[in-house]
Amino acid sequence: MSNSSSLWSDALSRLLKNKAAVSGAVILFILITLAILAPFIAPYPYAYQDLDLGASPPSSLHWLGTDVLGRDLLSRILYGARISLLVGFIATTVALIIGVSWGIIAGYFGGKIDSVMMRIVDVLYGLPFIIFIILLMVIFGRNLWLLFLAIGAIEWLTMARIVRAQVLTLKNQEFVLAAQAMGVSNFAMFKRHLLPNILGPIAVYATLTIPQVMLLESFLSFLGLGIQPPMSSWGTLIKDGVESMEEYSWLLIYPGLTFTITLFSLNFFGDGLRDALDPKTSE
Amino acid sequence: MLSIFFKRILLAIPVLIAVASVTFFLVRLAPGGPFDAEKAVSEQVMKNLNEVYNLNAPLSEQYFDYMSGVLVGDFGPSFRFPGRSVTELIMTGLPVTFELAIYSMLIALFIGILSGVTAALKRNTFLDYIPMSIAMIGICVPTFLLGPLLVLIFGINLELLPVSGWDQLPGDKILPSLTLGFAYAAYIARLSRGGMLEILNQDFIRTARAKGLTERMVVTKHAMQGGLIPVVSFLGPAVAGLLAGSFVVETIFQIPGLGRFYVEAAFNRDYTMILGTTIFFSFMIVMFNLFSDILALWLNPRSRDI
Repeated sequence: MSNSSSLWSDALSRLLKNKAAVSGAVILFILITLAILAPFIAPYPYAYQDLDLGASPPSSLHWLGTDVLGRDLLSRILYGARISLLVGFIATTVALIIGVSWGIIAGYFGGKIDSVMMRIVDVLYGLPFIIFIILLMVIFGRNLWLLFLAIGAIEWLTMARIVRAQVLTLKNQEFVLAAQAMGVSNFAMFKRHLLPNILGPIAVYATLTIPQVMLLESFLSFLGLGIQPPMSSWGTLIKDGVESMEEYSWLLIYPGLTFTITLFSLNFFGDGLRDALDPKTSE
Repeated sequence: MLSIFFKRILLAIPVLIAVASVTFFLVRLAPGGPFDAEKAVSEQVMKNLNEVYNLNAPLSEQYFDYMSGVLVGDFGPSFRFPGRSVTELIMTGLPVTFELAIYSMLIALFIGILSGVTAALKRNTFLDYIPMSIAMIGICVPTFLLGPLLVLIFGINLELLPVSGWDQLPGDKILPSLTLGFAYAAYIARLSRGGMLEILNQDFIRTARAKGLTERMVVTKHAMQGGLIPVVSFLGPAVAGLLAGSFVVETIFQIPGLGRFYVEAAFNRDYTMILGTTIFFSFMIVMFNLFSDILALWLNPRSRDI
C-alpha cells in the first residue's frame, strides 16, 4: 500500500504546482459550496416575483439585477447551480458505472467477448446520439431522471475504451495471475485487483466528462427540451437571457459568465489532474 | 484497402437498419396517438384520420410499409403540415443547413489549421500561447452563448451585421457561420498543433531539412500531410456535432433549415417528421464517418497497402 499512496501523494504535489488546475479547483469548491447552501444564502426564494419591479439592472438590493418577472437573478443563478451541477455529477456517475463495467469485462475476458463488445462501442460512436436524446425527451416527457439517464447513457463510450485499454495492460501482470491462481472470483478480481489500479485514468476522464454533460444538459434546456420551469438550470437561464437580451443584457451576461467560468474550471482541473497522474502525457 | 472499404460499408447497412427500426418502434411506443393534442374531434373523424395515415393496420405491417418507403426515400406524410410529405420538408431545409455547414466548416478549417500549424511551428512563443488560449475559450463557450453574444455585439450594439435571417439581407450569413464554426476551429487548432508537433520531431523531417529544402517546402509538402491526419479523422464526428450545432444556430438566427424543422417537430410532436429526420440524420452521419475514416486511411501511407 505504501507504494500506491506515494503515487497519489506525488500526483497531489504535481497538481498543487499547476496554478490553472489549483484555481480551477478553488473556484469549483466555492461554487459547489454556494450551490449546496443556496437555500440559506440566496437573498430571495428562486420563484419569488416582484412584478411591480420587473426587469431591473444590478442594484444594491438585487446584486445581479432582476428578470422580467422581477425575480432576483443572483438567487436564480445559485439555485440553477444546484440543478446544473447535479446533472453533471449524476449523469457522469451513470456514464462511469456503465463505461467502467463494460470496459473491465471486455478487457478482462478478451477474445470474442472483447471484439463483440468493442465493436458495439465503435458502432454506437458513429450515431447521432443528441438526436436520440431529443427523441426520448419528446416521447417520454421531459423528466429530470430520464435526462440524467439518457445523458449518462451516451457518455460512457469513451470511458469504456479507456478502461478496456488499461485492463489489457494489467491483466498479464503477476499480481493478476497470482490472484487467478488463488481462485479469486471474477467479481472480486474486478473490485479488489483491477479497479484500484485504474482509478487514476477513471478519475481524470470523469472530471473531463462533467463539463461535457453540463454542456449537453444546457444545450437541451436552451432548446426548451431539458429542465422545465419553474425549475431552472443555467441552460434555461441563458435561454431566458437570450429572449430579452436586447433590453436587459445582464440577464444573458451573468448566467453566461457563471457557466463559462465553471466549464473553464472543470476543464483546467481535469487537464491538471491528467498531467499530475500521468506525467508522460504532459509535454 | 479496398477490402476495408467494403467491410465498412457492409457494417454500415445493418447499423442503419437497426437505427431506423429502433426509432420506428420508439416513436410508436410514445403514449397517445399523434392526433391526441388536437381539439376534441368526433370518433368518426379520429377513425378517418387513423385510416388515412394507415394507423389501424397491424404494427408489423406498418413497419414493413414504412421501411420499404424509406428505402426509396419516402418518409411518409407529415402529421402537422397536412398535405406535405416529410421528404419534401427535408428537401426544403437541407440546402440551407448544408450551406451553413459548408461555410462553418470552411471557416473552422481555415482558422483552425492556420493557427494550429503556426502554433506548432512557433512553439512556446506568443504565436503559440495566444491562439491556444483562444481555442480554450472556443471549447468552453457553448454555441448557444457565443451566438447571442455575437448578435449582441455586432448586431445590436455596433449595428454592423443583421441579427437574424438567411439569404435576406447582405451579410446575414456571416454571424451564423462564425458561431457554428468557431468551436470547430478551436478543436481543429488543437488537433493540428498536436499532430504537427508529433510529425516535426520525426526523422524524415530532419532529412528533408538536411537536404536543404526551404522551411516552407518542409512544412507544406512533408509535415502537413501526416500532421493533419488527426484533423481528417475528426471531420466525421465534426459533422455530427455541426448537426447538433445547427439546431441551436438555426433557432437563434431563425434560419429555415433542417435543424430548426427538427426542433419544431420535437415541440409539435410531429412524430413522422421526427422519425424521418432522425433516420435521415443518422444516414448522413454514418456516411460522413465512413468517408472521413477512408480518407484518413488513404492519407496515412502506413495503412495504404493493407
